[in-house]
Amino acid sequence: MRLVAIGLVAGLFSALFGVGGGILAVPLLVLVARFGEREATATSLAAIGITALAGVIVFGARGEVNVAYAALVGLPAAAGALAGSSLQQRVTTSTLTYGFALLLVVVGVLLLAS
Amino acid sequence: MSATTIAFAITLGLAAGVLAGMFGVGGGILFVPTLVALGLGQLEAQATSLLAILPTVTAGAWSQRRYGHLRARSALVVGIASIAGVEVGARIATSVPESSLRVLFAVLLFGVAAHLVWRTRRRQRARYPESS
Repeated sequence: MRLVAIGLVAGLFSALFGVGGGILAVPLLVLVARFGEREATATSLAAIGITALAGVIVFGARGEVNVAYAALVGLPAAAGALAGSSLQQRVTTSTLTYGFALLLVVVGVLLLAS
Repeated sequence: MSATTIAFAITLGLAAGVLAGMFGVGGGILFVPTLVALGLGQLEAQATSLLAILPTVTAGAWSQRRYGHLRARSALVVGIASIAGVEVGARIATSVPESSLRVLFAVLLFGVAAHLVWRTRRRQRARYPESS
C-alpha cells in the first residue's frame, strides 16, 4: 500500500510541476518505505522506466517524440548512468544522502526561478 | 547539426546519465533544457526526454541489479501506480493556481532535503558519539 501511495504521489507531482518522479520517489522510498538509500535509487530508476515507457507510447502515438534527438542525449546518458551507479558504490551512504539533498535544493530553486 | 552542437548534446547527456545512475532520477531535468537548446519546442522536448530516459534508467537499473540493490517487484508497483498519478496530475494541472503551488512544492523539497540531512547527521552521531 505504501508503495502504491509513493507511486501515485510521485506521478501526480511530476505531472503537476514537470519534475521527474524520481526526485520524490527516492526520498519517499527512504523515509516512508524504509528502503536503504542505494535500494531506493535503484528501485526508483526501474519505476521511472515503467512510467516513462507509458509516456513514450502516448506521446509517440501523437508524433511528439523525436527519436534521433532522444538517441543523441539518451545513449550517452546510458553510458553516464553506468558510470554514475558504479560511482555510487564508492561513496558512503551519508555522502550519497547529502548529494541527494543538494539535488533537491537545486530542483527547488529552479522551480522558484521558473 | 554542427559538431559543436553534437558535442554539447553528448556532454549534457553524459552528465544527465551520471546524475541518474548516482541519485536514481531519470535525468529529465537536464534532458529537457538540452533538447530545448537544440531547437525542440517545450512539449516535443518533454516527450523526447521520456524516450531518452528509457536507455538511461535501463542501464542504471541493470547495473544496480548487479550490485544487488534493485527491488524489482517494488519498482513495478511504484511505476504502475505512478502512471495513474501522472494521469490524475495531467487532468488537474490546468485547474490549479500554478505559481502558488510551485512555491509550496519548492518549500516541500527544501523540507525533505533538510530532513534527509538531519536524519543522516543523527545516525552518524549515534554511530560515532565522540566525534561530533
